[in-house]
Amino acid sequence: MAFLRNLSRKKIFWPLAALVLLMCFNLFFTPNFFRVEIKEGHLYGNVIDILKNSAPIMFLAIGLTLVIATKGVDISVGSVVAISAGVVAMLIGGDLKGVPKNPILLSMAAAVLVATLAGMWNGLLVSRVGMQPVIATLILLVAGRGIAMVTTNAMVVWLYAKPFALLGQGYLLGLPFSLYMVAFLLLATMLVTRRTALGLFIEAVGINPTAARFAGINARNIVFWVYAFSGFCAGISGLVVCSTVMSADGNNAGDGYEMNAILAVVLGGTSMSGGKFYLMGSMVGALIVQTLTTTIYAFNVPPEIAFLVKAVVVWVVSLLQSPDLRSGMAGFLGRRSEGGKEAAA
Amino acid sequence: MSEQAPILEMKKIRKEFPGVLALSGVDFRLWKGEVHALMGQNGAGKSTLVKVLTGVHRHDGGEMLLEGRPIRPDSPLAAQKLGINAVYQEINLCPNLSVAENVFIGREPLRLGRIDWKAMREKAREVLGRLNLSVDVTRTLSSCSIAVQQMVAIARVLDSAAKVLVLDEPTSSLDEREVAQLFKVVRKLRDEGMAILFITHFLDQTYQIADRITILKNGEFVGEYEAAKLPKLELVAKMLGKELSEFSQASPGEGEKSRTASVSAGELLRARGLGRRGGVAPFDLDLDGGEVLGLAGLLGSGRTETARLLFGIDKADCGEISVKGKPAQIGSPRAAMALGIGFCSEDRKNEGIFAELSIRENLILALQTKLGAFRFIAPKRQVEIADRLIRELGIKTPSSSGEAKQLSGGNQQKVMLARWLATDPGILILDEPTRGIDVGAKLEIMEQILNLSRAGLGLLFISSEFEEVLRCSGRVAVFKDKALVAQLAGPEMTESGIMRTIAGGR
Repeated sequence: MAFLRNLSRKKIFWPLAALVLLMCFNLFFTPNFFRVEIKEGHLYGNVIDILKNSAPIMFLAIGLTLVIATKGVDISVGSVVAISAGVVAMLIGGDLKGVPKNPILLSMAAAVLVATLAGMWNGLLVSRVGMQPVIATLILLVAGRGIAMVTTNAMVVWLYAKPFALLGQGYLLGLPFSLYMVAFLLLATMLVTRRTALGLFIEAVGINPTAARFAGINARNIVFWVYAFSGFCAGISGLVVCSTVMSADGNNAGDGYEMNAILAVVLGGTSMSGGKFYLMGSMVGALIVQTLTTTIYAFNVPPEIAFLVKAVVVWVVSLLQSPDLRSGMAGFLGRRSEGGKEAAA
Repeated sequence: MSEQAPILEMKKIRKEFPGVLALSGVDFRLWKGEVHALMGQNGAGKSTLVKVLTGVHRHDGGEMLLEGRPIRPDSPLAAQKLGINAVYQEINLCPNLSVAENVFIGREPLRLGRIDWKAMREKAREVLGRLNLSVDVTRTLSSCSIAVQQMVAIARVLDSAAKVLVLDEPTSSLDEREVAQLFKVVRKLRDEGMAILFITHFLDQTYQIADRITILKNGEFVGEYEAAKLPKLELVAKMLGKELSEFSQASPGEGEKSRTASVSAGELLRARGLGRRGGVAPFDLDLDGGEVLGLAGLLGSGRTETARLLFGIDKADCGEISVKGKPAQIGSPRAAMALGIGFCSEDRKNEGIFAELSIRENLILALQTKLGAFRFIAPKRQVEIADRLIRELGIKTPSSSGEAKQLSGGNQQKVMLARWLATDPGILILDEPTRGIDVGAKLEIMEQILNLSRAGLGLLFISSEFEEVLRCSGRVAVFKDKALVAQLAGPEMTESGIMRTIAGGR
């Protein structure tokens, strides 16, 4: 019990508990939910699908976690995904024999660069112009769709360059390749934020911007680069999205992703009011979002009710994040264990 | 005036907040056609009293009579309906709307269910004319000067039903000419029979405008006086809660006296003609290593503004600074830190402590910013530094990993002090480091200040408690009405000396 109580104080506990609960539900009610088969040397199954499908949201959630930690938000990431997908598709080109117009790696780099520039634009508006984050990034949410459609000439561009399919469809050692990319980006971000003082500075700016300035932190630079990084992450997400379907659709690629990514961050324990951030939590949050979607599909829930189910689950998990409720439950566990000790004595 | 019954009478008002008695039995009377100044130091209960009057808070005891009838407004709107209106320091208007719209916001004249713009403009001109203000009412408010905005805020609450007008620090962001303009309006309203409650930190302005003064201290009623019969010195003494006789005998500060007589050479910090419009008038200031310079003055006298200039929070618009003999540009707190300056804000909660960060992170933050983000202090080293500081300053906490918000005010104050000590500063500016903490912690903080000066630091010590300033400082710079008015050293350094200086040398 004491172990459980300590665990329940850890921030990651509640999102993890929610995920496990969701999994348990599937274990009992969805046939073959956990069945994993090996076909053609790859792992196949619902669980693998969930992991694979959550990769695009996970990239976004990594960037958004830092943005939200500074008490900001970036709702333009979905549109930036479309821009990145459009740029990489146009650079590689729709040659039917699969001969890329430009080197694939170079095209990818260019797409991510454009996405990063888009993030820097957001950062400029928020940190220098002083716009509210929602409004500043709303501009790119709207304009970004237009930009994406302009890059693809308002058409859906199909790609046939085989090697590019690796990102979204390929496997490495039996697991989807995109998962390795997520792991790499996550690890790199954790290293940079936790093995330097950047993470501390980001949290300080989110908790108390005035005090941060008075303590000598260049808050404006921190905010600027955090948005730039969010654009970078959206760029990578765009590559994977494009590669998964081997096409770029300026109108639909990444549509609505921003809400799922924000949801993942919040479910993971990072508060919209800024401050402490939890990158691992955001990953678990992304898994919750994806598992929920998959579960709803597996159950053939009518689409009109699916949204309601999603809303209820989100509401419950958010409630679990509330400090009041949590301290209440931790207290409950505490009492139980003390009672147990007394009984033993 | 006094023969009539007062229009407003507040009797034995009591207001309790959890753990704090904000008002204990405060009396306040207001007559028609007078300007009544409410005076008191920070925490005296002025704003609580106003909030009770205007329905923001409800009193727990006592009674309020308006024109002889008991009232108990439960919201600002209810108070307005009774004829009690307030204009606050931070103007609550819509800067992006026109002057006329601001005057009539929420009660626009209607015709056939639509806003009658013509009538609105005409009425707005009429109301503003009552204040001798001729301004194009179709202009957007933000294009008007602060003084005009202030008067629009007053015009807004002037209608036939208005009986009592509360002006809460209306002059704090006005220049002299604008103050004169505002006062003309206030006098006109007074002569028309309005009862005006006026709050300001400017002593001179109080005497310019007020007919009567009520003084509060620590939530208690000190007295009600006619302005003409209350010498300024006595007013200052009463606000501080001292008897005149008490400080007529000099009370010299302890120790450090030998150094006090010598005039500082300003070898560590030297400011010449440094000032900022709307902040503090140009001043000269010198500070040596090993010296504590006290900045004394009432709240809002320009002490904090001085500190903000020296730490680069606000930019000076005139004058120059040199640090260690070299001319310096201090354009940001970062620049100030690079010159070895540290600053503990008086506003712990909003400008100092990071409530959700751990005590350890709070302690090492300034050192980390000084080193830069990429010269990360390893967690093990962080714990060492934090533990050392916790030990040295006697911060009471079981460990450095708890959240800073769990600490008491005094311990949070020590954390802020320690945060700067970790950066090994040459100059430390402490703004009200002893405010709101218990007596024991106060003594410890003052002990630390003296220790630091012995170690060679130059310190600026700001406090409203003159006793504390005198006890710690070698010299005292006295501030009044946003200007440095005198520097006291040696035998002049007494509470009565400071008060006389503030009261205007009488």
